[in-house]
Amino acid sequence: MKNFAYFDPTSVGEAVQLLQQHGGQAKVLAGGTDLFLRMRRRALMPEVVVDLKRIAALSDLSYSAAAGLCIGATVTHGEVVDHPAVQQHYGALATAANWIGSLQTRHRGTVVGNLCNASPAADTAPALLSYGAIVTIVGPDGQREVPLEAFFQGPGRTALGPAEIVTTVRLPAASERRGWGFGRRTRTVIDIALVSSCAVVQAHNGVCGEVRISLGAVGPIPLRATRAEAVLQGQQPSAALLAEASRVAAEEARPISDVRCSAAYRKDMVEVLSKRCLESALSMLQML
Amino acid sequence: MKRLITLTVNGTPYEVAIEPRQSLLQLLREELHLTGTKEGCSEGECGACTVLLDGKTVDSCLIFALEAQGREVTTIEGLAHGDQLHPVQKAFAEYGAVQCGFCTPGMILSAKALLDSNPHPTEAEIRQSIAGNLCRCTGYVKIVEAIQAAARG
Repeated sequence: MKNFAYFDPTSVGEAVQLLQQHGGQAKVLAGGTDLFLRMRRRALMPEVVVDLKRIAALSDLSYSAAAGLCIGATVTHGEVVDHPAVQQHYGALATAANWIGSLQTRHRGTVVGNLCNASPAADTAPALLSYGAIVTIVGPDGQREVPLEAFFQGPGRTALGPAEIVTTVRLPAASERRGWGFGRRTRTVIDIALVSSCAVVQAHNGVCGEVRISLGAVGPIPLRATRAEAVLQGQQPSAALLAEASRVAAEEARPISDVRCSAAYRKDMVEVLSKRCLESALSMLQML
Repeated sequence: MKRLITLTVNGTPYEVAIEPRQSLLQLLREELHLTGTKEGCSEGECGACTVLLDGKTVDSCLIFALEAQGREVTTIEGLAHGDQLHPVQKAFAEYGAVQCGFCTPGMILSAKALLDSNPHPTEAEIRQSIAGNLCRCTGYVKIVEAIQAAARG
């Protein structure tokens, strides 16, 4: 690995200043599970590494009924998996985060860092999309909020501009109980997802309210299956309707074939997993 | 270009001059000569480099030594008290859970971390806790049995 200058600022402002000062020669470090590898393989050779872990504000993981769930930039997947409020109010996220790598990986890798790497197969992405996550970005021009759908812009590409960092991901509070389901296909326990699906459903009086179905590893970015969602929204759920929604979700998927599996398999699995996720969500709401 | 860091390893404070690019694994093995922690894949996939960092299992091959500034590290060398083996180490020996021994330090630390927080794990919980520690020799059966035996006490 090429040597570099290491900084561990204690404020977001300091971190942004460092990134501005060093431009494209600086990389941000949180958990390091991806950055370290890229530097070791010399895919990246930054002259400067800015470690965010001593910025206290970024380690916040908190929930309130008003603001929802706030995940700071240096919060690890392990912390999210173990947090009681996540398990209770954002169960799909706890399940999704628990799939990432091994315990060793989850004790270091961060939710935000993983999103900034913008792999189309990012495990927490379908869950975060289905919970309506919003990303807060801070840079030289100040602070802005971007919905997660708009944050991903392509494989490995995000809406981050130069010298900008993500400070938090926020999941709004739900107005009422939600059912959820999360499913993923993988070759081995610690491999990345071949395909994943997450459904989060609200309902009352036997009719589906807000329905969100998000898919991972079946397009250039994690995506919402909005046409599939429309099949169920405002409707009384039935086995036939679930089958139809799942079929439409598979149509909305745009997977590729790669070393891990074929596009055809991914499409098939979108249908299977989405159906299981919807069934899980609806039975949590005692509607199936 | 070297920086001075201070950290505690197995209860002992150390002051070490290292380069930013050195990993925690390199610091432990090459600077402190604690060679019980092994380098397997250098990719954070095999777990042979597992140590406890502030009590949590981590792959030390993926951590810059600088990130351990002010932290507490536990390696396999920190488990036994003189001649007294840690219960997990004893169980591994008694149950034949060690063949070549290369995965063993990391495996034992993962098992210890599990039992510290979950003293009566199910078999599924044991297998999940060692999912990040690959073994090419044993087929894992004896390892799981050893951890179950250590849990029984």
